[in-house]
Amino acid sequence: MAKDQSGGSGTVVLSVEGVRKKIGRKWIIDDVTFDVREGEVFGFLGPNGAGKTTTIRMLVDLIRPSEGKITVCGYNVNRQPEKALQYVGSIVENPEVYTYLTGWENLQHFARMQPGVDKARIDEVVDIVRLDHRIHDKVSTYSLGMRQRLGIAQALLGRPRLLILDEPTNGLDPKGIKELREFIRQLAAEGLAVFVSSHLLSEIQLLCDRVAIISKGRVLAVGGVEDLVARNSPYVLWELEPLSRAKKILGSRPDISLMELDEVTLDDSIIAGMGANSLVTVMEEDLIPEIVAVLVTAEVEVRAVHKINPTLEQLFLKLTEGETID
Amino acid sequence: MTSLIPLIRNECLKIIKKKRFYIILLILVVLVPMFTYAQMRIADRNKDKFNSDWRLEIQQQITDNQNSLGSDRIPEEWKSYRKIFVQQLQYYLDHDVNPNEPSGVTFTREFLDNSVSLFIPLLIMAVASDLVSGERTTGTIKMLLTRPVKRWKVLFSKMAALLMFVSLIVLAAFVISYLISGLAFGYKGFNVPVFTGFQLNGDTVDMSAVHAVPQWKYLLMQGGLIWFVSVVVALLAFMVSVLVRSTAASIVVMMAALIAGTILTNMASAWTTAKYLFMVNLGLTGYLSGSPAPIEGMTLSFSMGVLAVWGILSVIISFAVFTKRDILN
Repeated sequence: MAKDQSGGSGTVVLSVEGVRKKIGRKWIIDDVTFDVREGEVFGFLGPNGAGKTTTIRMLVDLIRPSEGKITVCGYNVNRQPEKALQYVGSIVENPEVYTYLTGWENLQHFARMQPGVDKARIDEVVDIVRLDHRIHDKVSTYSLGMRQRLGIAQALLGRPRLLILDEPTNGLDPKGIKELREFIRQLAAEGLAVFVSSHLLSEIQLLCDRVAIISKGRVLAVGGVEDLVARNSPYVLWELEPLSRAKKILGSRPDISLMELDEVTLDDSIIAGMGANSLVTVMEEDLIPEIVAVLVTAEVEVRAVHKINPTLEQLFLKLTEGETID
Repeated sequence: MTSLIPLIRNECLKIIKKKRFYIILLILVVLVPMFTYAQMRIADRNKDKFNSDWRLEIQQQITDNQNSLGSDRIPEEWKSYRKIFVQQLQYYLDHDVNPNEPSGVTFTREFLDNSVSLFIPLLIMAVASDLVSGERTTGTIKMLLTRPVKRWKVLFSKMAALLMFVSLIVLAAFVISYLISGLAFGYKGFNVPVFTGFQLNGDTVDMSAVHAVPQWKYLLMQGGLIWFVSVVVALLAFMVSVLVRSTAASIVVMMAALIAGTILTNMASAWTTAKYLFMVNLGLTGYLSGSPAPIEGMTLSFSMGVLAVWGILSVIISFAVFTKRDILN
C-alpha cells in the first residue's frame, strides 16, 4: 500500500481509507487511500480506465464502496450523505445541467437542494465565474466552456470546503485551461480543498500541490509533486570517447544504470540531438564529479555531461511499469 | 436538512419547462374535436334514419342484437355480451330514458369511458416515463444525487410531482372534452339520468340494484375511477423509468404492456389467471355502465384491489432500487 509521505499542514477535509469496490466478480477499485487537506490542490492521476471516475463517484455517494471508509469533514459520505455532501461541490465527468432551463434557473434548482443558499449567493457565484451577461439565457445556447463555468458555479453554491473536479480541462481551449488553472489556484489560496482528476501529467504537475497516482484500481504513490519527482534519480547524458571503454566502466558500478535509448522517457528533440558517442544513465546527481574523475583517470575523454531532472511522467511510467498514458 | 417542498417545486418546474404538459394539452385539443366530429356524424345519420325518435333507434339496436344471437358464426362470449347489452337497452327503453341523449356531458362520459384503458394511460406515460430515466439519459442525475439530500427524498419529490400532474391530466381530459364537444352538442345535460348498478350474472343481468343517478354524479364517480387507474399506471411507468436507463426503452416497455392489455381484453380470455395482470383491469368505468368484465370473476373491487397491489409493489420496487443503486454512468 502506498503511504502518504508528504507533510501537508492544513486540516484533513477528505479522507479515503482502504476503499475497495467490486462490480460483478471484478475488484475494479482495489485499495485506495489518501487524504486531502484544506488549501491544497490535490491531483488524481491515472490512465483512462484506471478507476479515477469510479473513485470520484464513490467520493460523492453515487457509488457505494464495497469496503473502506470515505469521510468529509468528519462525516461518512455513504452513511450520512445529507451531512457530508453539504461540504462538497462537485462536477462528475461533464458539467451536466438542464439544457431546457436557463443558467439562472439551474442554479436556483440546485440552490433549493441545500440549506442557506439565497439569491445573493447565486449572484455571487455567477459573478465569480463571470457568466452574468448570459445567465438568463437557456443553457442549450451555451458553449462548452460556459457550461463548464456554470457547472463550477453550481459546485460553489453551497460554499463547499471540498471541490471535486473530474477532468476539468476536457474540451477547453488553451486560454480556458489557463484561466481555469488560475481560478483553481485562487480557490485553494482562499482555503478550499480542491480535488482534480486528470490523465494529463503536465496539467497535474502545473496545477497540483500533491498527487495520488492510480493504476488498475490501486493507488501507487501519494505525495507532494516535488517530493515524488525528487524520489526519482535524474537522467545524465554523457558524450564519451571511446565509448566501449566508458560503457565498461560505467556498467561495472552498481549505483549507475545504463539505459537503452528506447526505454528512456526523454523529449524526442533531446534524443535526436545526441551524437554517436552518447550514453544515457540514471544515477544520483551527487555522483557526477566522482564518475568524471574516474573516467578521466581511465583516459576516457569526457566531452559533455548533461543532467535532466526527472518528471512526473518518468515516475508514472516507472510505477506503472510502462503502461501507456493517453 | 432539506425539506420536501422545495424539491417538489423543482420537479414541477422541470415538468413544466420541459413542455411535456403542454404537449398533452395540445394532443387533447387536437384529438377531441376529431372525436366530436365523428360523433356528430353518427348522430346526424341516426336522426335521418329514425326521424329524431330515439326510441325507434334503441328498438332497432335491440332487434339487431337479438337477431345476431341466432347466428352460429358469432362466438359464445360475444353472444352473452350482446344479451347483456340488449337487457340494458330494454331497461332504458322501459324507463323512457335516452342513454345517448346528445350533449357535451354525454360525449364526455362516453369519450372517457373509451379512453380509460389506453388513451389516458398514454398521456400519463408522456410525463411519467421520462421522470427518472430522462435524468439518467442526460446525466443530470449525477448533479441531483450529489447534493446533500437523501435519495428517497429526491425520488419522493418526483413521485409527488407526478401525482399532481396525473391529477391535472385527468382533470384536463374532462374539461377539454366537455368544452370542445359542448360547441357541437350544447353544454347542458348534467341532470340527465344515467342507470348504474347492473349486476352481471353469467349472461343475465340482475336489475334489482339498478338506480338512476344524474349525469354529473356519474361523471364524478367516473372521474374518481379514472384518476385511480391513472395513478396506478403512473406509478408503474415511474417504476419502469427507475429501472430502465433510457426514456425510449421505458416508453416502449409500458406501451407494450398497455397494448397487450387491450389485446387480452378483446380475447375475452379463457385464460382466467390473466385477470391478475394490471393491464386487463384498467377498464374500471365499465363496471359503472354495466359492460361485462373481460374475464369471468372480475368485479369492481377485485380490479381495484389488483391495481392497488400493482401500484404499491411498484412504489416499493422504485424506492428499493433507487436508494441502493450505484450510478455507474
